[in-house]
Amino acid sequence: MSAVFEVERLSKAFGGLAVTQAVSLAMAPGDRVALIGPNGAGKTTFVNLVTGHLKPDSGVVRLAGEQLNGMNPMQRVQRGLVRSFQVTRLFPEMTPREHLALAVLQRQGRTGRLFGTFWSMPEVLEEIEVLLRTLGLEAAADRKVAEIAYGQQRLLEIALALALRPKVLLLDEPAAGVPQSETPRIESALAGLPADLAVLMIEHDMDLVFRFAKRVIVLAAGTIIFDGAPGDVTKDARVREAYLGSYADDRSAA
Amino acid sequence: MDANHPANVAAQIARPRFSASADWIGLAAIFASAVVGYLLFPNNLALLTRVIGIVMLVLSVDLVTGFCGVATLGHAALFGAGAYAAGIAAAHFGITDPIAMIAAGAAGGAVAGLISGLVVLRGHGLGQLVLSIAIVNLFHEAANKVASWTGGSDGLTDIAPSPLFGVFAFDLWGRTAYVLGIALLVIVFFLLQRLSRSPFGMLCRGIRQDPIRVAAMGASVRKTLLKMYIISGMVAGVGGGLNAISTQVVGLDSLSFTLSAQALVMLVLGGTGSLYGAIIGTVVFMLFEDFVSAANPFHWLTIMGALLVGVVLFAPRGIFGTAAQLFDRRRRR
Ligand SMILES: Nc1ncnc2c1ncn2[C@@H]1O[C@H](COP(=O)(O)OP(=O)(O)OP(=O)(O)O)[C@@H](O)[C@H]1O
Ligand SMILES: [Mg+2]
Repeated sequence: MSAVFEVERLSKAFGGLAVTQAVSLAMAPGDRVALIGPNGAGKTTFVNLVTGHLKPDSGVVRLAGEQLNGMNPMQRVQRGLVRSFQVTRLFPEMTPREHLALAVLQRQGRTGRLFGTFWSMPEVLEEIEVLLRTLGLEAAADRKVAEIAYGQQRLLEIALALALRPKVLLLDEPAAGVPQSETPRIESALAGLPADLAVLMIEHDMDLVFRFAKRVIVLAAGTIIFDGAPGDVTKDARVREAYLGSYADDRSAA
Repeated sequence: MDANHPANVAAQIARPRFSASADWIGLAAIFASAVVGYLLFPNNLALLTRVIGIVMLVLSVDLVTGFCGVATLGHAALFGAGAYAAGIAAAHFGITDPIAMIAAGAAGGAVAGLISGLVVLRGHGLGQLVLSIAIVNLFHEAANKVASWTGGSDGLTDIAPSPLFGVFAFDLWGRTAYVLGIALLVIVFFLLQRLSRSPFGMLCRGIRQDPIRVAAMGASVRKTLLKMYIISGMVAGVGGGLNAISTQVVGLDSLSFTLSAQALVMLVLGGTGSLYGAIIGTVVFMLFEDFVSAANPFHWLTIMGALLVGVVLFAPRGIFGTAAQLFDRRRRR
């Protein structure tokens, strides 16, 4: 199948530090990819570059064949490239139900409406209810986000991304900060995703990675050092080295 | 029956505790206060009408500052544009029908809102504040320059509104203007209540809380804020138009930095982000100003300053915000 999402030789340096170095990857509809790598490897930076939150120094990003360079984050979302944030970005004074209402209405192009409320839109309420149920957020649905547990805020981040019905979904450590007892929620939500959606998940929890991904990409010091089947990743010498921290020495020697 | 049918799911979800009924109580409270004001100060209706005009200005500030989080010290540009639009329509074009004058005010305010928004939204944080001050000063200077249209520093006179609906003349007691003002306030307030619950209103509150999240949902922060600026301009413009009708003169002070700053102070006093806060802040500030400056013209600013310091230090959410918070805490116990 042809690629829905392509990244070609994406590079970015902060000052002298090359955080993303000629990263290339392609994903087809339905792909389930895990992006892993040590802390500071440049995973979040990669997502920020792809979604338009950061400007790359060079490289090309394409979604469904369309080049996204130069577009702002909003335009990329409208075309179906949706992300979640590693550190939650939510509206503290709004409830989960209100968050999801905004996302659903925005997807339908109805957030410009000056009258009426989502409370009188049965199909919107129904869709919100399904999303809340999927992530087990029913009990927290009508409490302000500032007052709900961080783990539930993380689940809401995922629900928001799903509400936008993306073509390509980038999840930045969806399980970080979620209590162990709640991770099955995330897994079942991921398992229930549309079959043609391409998902790239950044995650440190290797159990989750192995259950979710059909393909694993390892990023270390801004470079892809492994791209292949989950079964092979732990056998790879360079990956082991990277996780032991010796990649840093390699770089200073180079 | 199918319990999963959208309409049935909707019926199962408990709606928020306060909704439609609270809206009607609010409107009834405004109406009741209007009657009380009329009975208590029958000889001072002109002051009360001016308060209503300024309430519109402060509501308008609340729309961009309280709802969207855009700080402004130049909102009198929108109010003054409305006042001049209504005044010029009457004095130069013979449009003296009060409803048409109000419409001219709303249109003038909307245009000024669009211009202000285009400029102010270029900046961020402190930059927005500085740009908003620049805008009101530019408007002020422009109005001063085209004196043949605006009367310059002498003010625009020859504004003689014809009777309301062809029946109710604008009398010396200011009764007609007052009743018109109350009617406009109730209408504007009713519409803004709807607006604040609408998808657009929610999106605006989202922008204040996290614009990056709003963009990550695929919504345009800039377009939304610009739209709110135009709506805000219409509200301020109605207030300006009302002021032009009621006083039959428009002065450069309606386009001043001072008025802009006072409007922001009134909003903070009442409580930002709530329509009630805007009304309460304005009424308290202006009636207080009137009484204290009559009793002690030399110290009213001192007393007003002390009041403000007190509110900001001890009730940072403003009069309404703090009261609502106390009320909410009680309910939860
Ligand atoms: N805006 C920035 N300015 C300068 N340096 C930055 C910036 N953002 C990230 N970095 C640096 O780039 C490197 C990669 O950071 P990034 O957040 O992408 O890592 P990560 O792989 O997501 O790590 P983690 O697993 O901890 O989330 C780090 O060394 C970080 O300090
Ligand atoms: Mg990261």
